[in-house]
Order: sequence, then structure tokens, then C-alpha cells
Amino acid sequence: MNHLPQAWGRPRDDVYGAYNPHYLPHSHGGHQAGHPNQHTQSPIVTGTSVLAVKYNSGVVIAADNLASYGSLARFTDVHRLKVFNKKAVVGFGGDVSDMQYLDRLLLSLHVEENYAGSGDVDDKESDVALMSAKNLHTYLSKVMYKRRSEFNPLWNALLVAGLTESNEPFLASADLLGTTFSAPTLATGFGAHLAQPILRRVVPDEEASKALTREKAVEAVKECMKVLFYRDARSMNEYSIAIVDKESGVDLKLDEKLEGQSWAFADRIRGYGTQTA
Amino acid sequence: MASLFSASLPSSDPSYSFNQAPTTASEPRQHAFYPYTDNGGSTLGISGADFTIIAGDTRSTSGYNINTRYAPKLFKIGGDGPNNENARIVLSVVGFAADGRALKERLDTVVKMYKYQHGKDISVHACAQRLSHLLYNKRFFPFYVTAILGGVDDEGKGALYSYDPVGSYEREQCRAAGAAASLIMPFLDNQVNLKNQYDPNSGPGLEKKPREAQPLPRETVEQLVKDAFTSAVERHIEVGDGLQTMIITKDGIQETYSPLKKD
Repeated sequence: MNHLPQAWGRPRDDVYGAYNPHYLPHSHGGHQAGHPNQHTQSPIVTGTSVLAVKYNSGVVIAADNLASYGSLARFTDVHRLKVFNKKAVVGFGGDVSDMQYLDRLLLSLHVEENYAGSGDVDDKESDVALMSAKNLHTYLSKVMYKRRSEFNPLWNALLVAGLTESNEPFLASADLLGTTFSAPTLATGFGAHLAQPILRRVVPDEEASKALTREKAVEAVKECMKVLFYRDARSMNEYSIAIVDKESGVDLKLDEKLEGQSWAFADRIRGYGTQTA
Repeated sequence: MASLFSASLPSSDPSYSFNQAPTTASEPRQHAFYPYTDNGGSTLGISGADFTIIAGDTRSTSGYNINTRYAPKLFKIGGDGPNNENARIVLSVVGFAADGRALKERLDTVVKMYKYQHGKDISVHACAQRLSHLLYNKRFFPFYVTAILGGVDDEGKGALYSYDPVGSYEREQCRAAGAAASLIMPFLDNQVNLKNQYDPNSGPGLEKKPREAQPLPRETVEQLVKDAFTSAVERHIEVGDGLQTMIITKDGIQETYSPLKKD
């Protein structure tokens, strides 16, 4: 009888031999002789584009609700916009498990930051020590850069949308390499190819974004979500959209549907060249 | 996968009649994470008799995409507070922007700590050497950036230092770095250091004397910087959108922004 509690319920070494941790990850005592320590990964379950636009008093951000497993549209109710507080929303593209890790990280950060004051989304009263979107972006980009420097990246491209300390609209991006940049319109993944040109036509520069109304911004983002659904094979017609406004705070809609799609032209297209009927 | 070689090699073994041999679908694939990228852009520095000018375009790219039209590559180093007020040193970084940002933050911290510890501002010379050490400290996982550091030295002369990614550095009159460095640098050799220019009145043929380079006046230098960038914008797709310049004199740093072509 072994009186040490840590051995209870385990196979006995004298009967079965010592446990072989060979296949376990390095962090759990496993390692293969002659093999390097591996934690470089590639994304598995992924989300596609995130788009966002700054307008005169806030930011609109959107992402669809699909999490793909390769080319399999596996999970159709994954919400990729995370509300941090009433000044900041984060949109995640890329690996979903890394998104969930970052979401937990943000929750603990939120608890830490707002232990004294209140950062609740619903709390209209108190703004004490509310972490701004700018601060949050700095934090997240440092997390991303540190992980890439350890060769163990968080496989995401994320957009941070919200307000600065002085309640100016703020929008910036961070990715798995720790690259950061800010612009009046931003889009990750496929959106960088398809949505950005459309959004830049509406909002070419900062002045244009200061003149843009909330309605026009939402309209532009919805139009881009539609274009992405037409042309991105990893996209879906249900999406989340969030508006961070300096007057009304965060307005998050989780289950929007694309409207006004145009497919009627398709029945006139026949064959691939000479076929007419 | 460019590495899949599918053409059949001549051999005596029986081979497939079609030219692509079947490959094992479930072959383990090496999927490596590459920690670097190139964000394009170009920077340029010229030192004068009592000033240094550093300039950089503001475009940030990834591949053929423009990330943003305004991402500064020039950073004030030292001074007071988060906005580096009263700073006298400028660092420009081009290459991998995330490493550039990290390097800038380290150098800024070092320079501010220097003031707390020694009670005086760091000299450009000392700052330049410290930057070299920061780069060499990551000799085997380098900051993927070409840095140019500018300021005014102890004698009041314009000082310009250029670096390679692992910290080899040199004080120079002028230096271009980044995507369009190979387009701008020869132009600077000719217009700043007067390379290959000879005095036409100094004799016949090969006996002509090379022209002596003199520190250039500020207006001339500003015009050279503008011309260098408008030329680079024409011929390099990663350069454009905006031109940010910082002119460092004994009185401080003067910053300007002017638009460049956005195509």
C-alpha cells in the first residue's frame, strides 16, 4: 500500500512499469529524444475576414458567425466579435481556439482593470478607470508580438475598434506577427482584398471618416459583408455587427442576416463558351 | 507547394505512363511558422553642417496590399513623456514594422533611463552605440530592420548613423534604406557626395579634378529628399502615400508631412 496521495488511483510502477510520457507534449514531461521542442502550429478551426470603419462619432465592426474546419463549414454560431467594455470591441479572424484563449485573457484583464470601478457594458453611470480601445490594442499587440518572438504565435488577425481616452473613434489591427497599423477602414484576411477597396472608396482618409454618418458607415460595412459572402468560400450569410459610439456605447447584434443579394442574373448564363441553350 | 517535384526522372525502374507520379496524400507536411515579414517602405537621412534631416514614406504594405496609408517610420527618441517632447534624436526603422516598433520602444526606454540615471541628455554618439548593442543583442534572432539614427552632435554638427539588422553601424553624410534604397542611394552619392562629378575647368580629359563635397544648405537638402522620394514612388510599388520628414537642429525637431502618389 502506497500512502502517498499523489500515487492513488494510478497504475502501480512495480506492476506496470513507469508511466511513459513519450507522446505527451513537452509541457507535460513528454519529449522525443533528438526531436526539437515543437509548438509551432498551423490554424485548425478558423474564422475569415473582420471589417471595420470609423465614422464621425464611433466605429462599426463586423464579422460573420462561421468557424471553418478547412473547407468544411463546421460551426455556424461562433461569435467573433468580443465586447471588452463600453469603449472597446475586438474582432477576431484566424484560429478560433486562439481566439477563445485571448477572450479568456481579456476577461481576466477586464476583471483586473475594473475591480475598483465599473466597466460593465450596461453600466451607464461610471466611467472610472475605463480602459480605452487604444490601451487594449497596445496590450493585445504586445501579447501577439511576444508570442511570435517565442515562436509560438496566436494565429489570429484582430481588429480593435472603439474609443480613445478622449472619446475619439479608434481603429487598429494586430496580427500573429505582432504587426500593428491603424487606418480609417480596416479589414483582415479576404476582406483586405475585397472589402478594403470598397470601404476606401467611401472613406479615403481621416477627414472623410470624420464626415461619415453612422448610417452610411453601417451601410458600407453591410455591403462589404455581402461582397465577401459572394466571393469568399469560407464565409457565411449570418454575421455579427457591433457599433461603438461615444454617445450610445456598444450596440452588438449577433445574428444579422445578409439582405438584398442578387442572383437573378445567373439563370441567363449557359455553358462556358459556345453553348446557348 | 512549390517543393513538390513531379517530373519523372529517367531511370531503369518501371515508371508510370502519365507524367505525374501519385503522391501520398497523407504525407506529413512540414508547416513552419516564419516569424518575419516585410512591410515595405523606404527611409532616407542626410546630415548638414548644423542639422540632420530624416525622411520616410508612410505606406505600410503586406504583399500587394496596402495596410494603411499612414504608418510613421520615424520616431522621436528620448525627451519627456510619451510624446517625446524636447527630444533631440530621431530613429527611423524600415523593414519588419513589428520589430521596428519593438526596437524603437527599447531605445526610447534606454535613452529615458539614461537621463534619470545620469541627469543629462544622452549624446547622439552614445545613443548610436547603444542602438548597435540593442541590435547585436538579438544577433541570432535579429530585428529585421534597417535603422537610421539622426541628431546633432556635441559640436553642433549634423550627425547621421546607419545600421544593418545586426548592429554594424557607421557615421555618414547620407543614407537611404528600405525597399527603394537601391533607387535612392546612387542619386544621393551623386548629389550629396558629388561622386563622379568633375570640375570642368580643371584640365583636359582624365586630368579633371573631382568636385569636393561640401555640407549642403538646408533648402537644397529638403529639395533632394523630396525629389528622391517622388522618384522612388514612380519606380517602386511599396513606396508612396505620404512623406514624413523630421529636421533636427540644436533648437529641436521640426516635423512635416506632405502627400505622395497613392497608386
